[in-house]
Amino acid sequence: MEDCLAKKVEITVSEAEKRTGRNAMNMQETYTAYLIETRAVESQSEGQCAPVDSLWRRYSEFELLRNYLSVTYPHIVVPPLPEKRADFVWHKLSADNMDPDFVERRRIGLENFLLRVASHPVLCQDKICYSFLTQEGGWKEMVNETGFQLKADSRLKALNATFRVKNPDKRFTELKHYSDELQSVISHLLRVRARVADRLYGVYKVHGNYGRVFSEWSAIEKEMGDGLQSAGHHMDVYAASIDDILEEEEHYADQLKEYLFYAEALRAVCRKHELMQYDLEMAAQDLTSKKQQCEELATGTVRTFSLKGMTSKLFGQETPEQREAKLKVLEEQIQEGEEQLKSKNLEGRDFVKSAWADIERFKEQKNHDLKEALISYAVMQISMCKKGIQVWTNAKECFSKM
Amino acid sequence: DTSLAEVNSFSSSVPISPSSMINQYKLEDEPELRDLFITVDDPESHITAIETFITYRVVTKTSRSEFDSSEYEVRRRYQDFLWLKSKLEEAHPTLIIPPLPEKFIMKGMVERFSEEFIETRRKALHKFLNRIADHPTLTFNEDFKIFLTAQAWELSSHKKQGPGLLSRMGQTVRAVASSVRGGGVKNRPEMFTEMNNYMEAFSQKINVLDKIAHRIYKEEREYFHEMKEYGPIHTLWSASEEDIAESLKGVASCIDKCCKATEKKMAGLSENLLPILHEYVLYSEILMGVLKRRDQIQGELDSKVDANKKADKDLFSEEIGKLEDKVECANNALKADWDRWKQNMQCDMRSTFTNVAENNLRYYEECLATWESFLASQTVELHMEEDSEDRP
Repeated sequence: MEDCLAKKVEITVSEAEKRTGRNAMNMQETYTAYLIETRAVESQSEGQCAPVDSLWRRYSEFELLRNYLSVTYPHIVVPPLPEKRADFVWHKLSADNMDPDFVERRRIGLENFLLRVASHPVLCQDKICYSFLTQEGGWKEMVNETGFQLKADSRLKALNATFRVKNPDKRFTELKHYSDELQSVISHLLRVRARVADRLYGVYKVHGNYGRVFSEWSAIEKEMGDGLQSAGHHMDVYAASIDDILEEEEHYADQLKEYLFYAEALRAVCRKHELMQYDLEMAAQDLTSKKQQCEELATGTVRTFSLKGMTSKLFGQETPEQREAKLKVLEEQIQEGEEQLKSKNLEGRDFVKSAWADIERFKEQKNHDLKEALISYAVMQISMCKKGIQVWTNAKECFSKM
Repeated sequence: DTSLAEVNSFSSSVPISPSSMINQYKLEDEPELRDLFITVDDPESHITAIETFITYRVVTKTSRSEFDSSEYEVRRRYQDFLWLKSKLEEAHPTLIIPPLPEKFIMKGMVERFSEEFIETRRKALHKFLNRIADHPTLTFNEDFKIFLTAQAWELSSHKKQGPGLLSRMGQTVRAVASSVRGGGVKNRPEMFTEMNNYMEAFSQKINVLDKIAHRIYKEEREYFHEMKEYGPIHTLWSASEEDIAESLKGVASCIDKCCKATEKKMAGLSENLLPILHEYVLYSEILMGVLKRRDQIQGELDSKVDANKKADKDLFSEEIGKLEDKVECANNALKADWDRWKQNMQCDMRSTFTNVAENNLRYYEECLATWESFLASQTVELHMEEDSEDRP
């Protein structure tokens, strides 16, 4: 972590702005642009305020960056972006992407994404990453020039393909299983949390009706009037308090959502390993069968049934020259194959080593972050209870004076 | 406090909630003067060839000399309560007779003989009899005494006496006719117009409050159902974790405890606030009826006075004198009972809403303690971790 970008540069996504422009099909569109500000940390410690560099980026450019990083560093658990569309919405929240609350939460999520990338020992060193933060114009072209798109397509295919690996690394199999469980349990949790929030909202808001009726009722009462009126006021306060409470909880939900999406990134690394392992096994299998073919040709024995063998028996055998030529080709292929196998093996081992290092780093980060999130949830509940106690103590006093 | 001890000593198979006993106490400012204690409990279902019905046990304990015994136990069905109420209305047309629970409750789609329905009804019947017992006039009503003491066959033979159905119907027809003619409103004293206005406004408010209270109960119940699902997800999650398993289980346990506290809060609402608001919804109807009957009595006088004027001679002076007395009695009775009713209403509202506040306080305090102890356990862990990191 010594040389990571986050320690040298302060990064914020400070503003969000609505823009209109023309899209690829020359149709008018509205989108939100986010202001990224960077400021060198070192000069700050000298008591001077360093100049702020800033540029505007939209969500699709963040997506491009992330895709590039996922493809270029398949062994890294790449930090996820905040959700593209509002999901797990409860009735008060808007599912509209242009809704100011959604935009605000997205701004925070994008800042979090940049901070995660900047504090990652490997990712922060990437040049494309650096120029995302510093070079407004021409960045897209720079990314496309890396040619990562080709790898991106095959990667997408691989992530979704089904194939069977004979000897996977057990740790990755377990990890993939874990990432599936994590995804499933967090989405279930978020769904129910949204429903709980909805219901809690209902309970609080209906109490607001007390306020109105008490106030009207107090008008026809003499002795009870004051008590009713002031109690009604406290009921209004109670009803209004739920808005802030649930807004805060939304941040907690966002923290969980980050790890929901992280689970996908984790799964991608496991799949990459599977793919490499499968590739390796196929290459080894191919090599073995070529060696066998070689042996058969050389000794003239047919150990395995092959259509070619049958046809040659039926229609006559090849000439010695033909056999020589075939043997030569095979021997070349075998040599190539052996070299490829060696390098694939090396690649595989390197991948496992570096992936596992990042996975360990990720595990520690996840445990720390989730524990803190749970603690912050408890703090929120405590604050909500204290507010409730305050309001109902006041209300009780008013009622007792009725 | 011997009177309280007396009541407690016979609390039998069906315990009466202490809060309802306290409510009874608050009805009168001089509880030591109470000499009539009534409980309604032990619903029993009876199946005959024609019908199925429920009877309730009514136990009376008294030190009054008018009663032959100091303790009575009888069984009564809803019909008997209806009979008592109509007798009281007949005898005291301008007194505020306490409300009876309704015949059916359609809105909750509660089955006629479901446990919930029977219990709600039993509590309301208990309230009804005790309100009568606490009323300075009604408590000495003869039919009331018979209701409390007569055996089943005695009661049915007594019921058959008294003005027949036809004469009662005639009374109702005349009353309705008089009210249609706007009888009694012209010369209505200012005080009763104020009462009318108040009751119209009160009736509207109490109905809205009743709806709000039911809505709150419904929302709490929905919240409770979601919370029941919420906690266990954390436990499920903890099964795939190591480091954060304990924290997750802690959160699960906190949510479950808060869930149970919500259940308690709901019970408090249904035991206290909902029945009281409902009672006062019924009371507002009763009061409008009482005011109408007063107007009718006034109307009788007014129409006789008009008839007298038209006749030119003092034909009806004797009748008018009697009617004037009747009006004065009715007005005084109503005025006194109105004041008493208002005081009781204020008392009931104060204690009920205070109880609601206390319920909520208890809920929040319980939840607070739960989360605070979870937080403490987490920070202890954090400190332990920090300590172990510091060590070489």
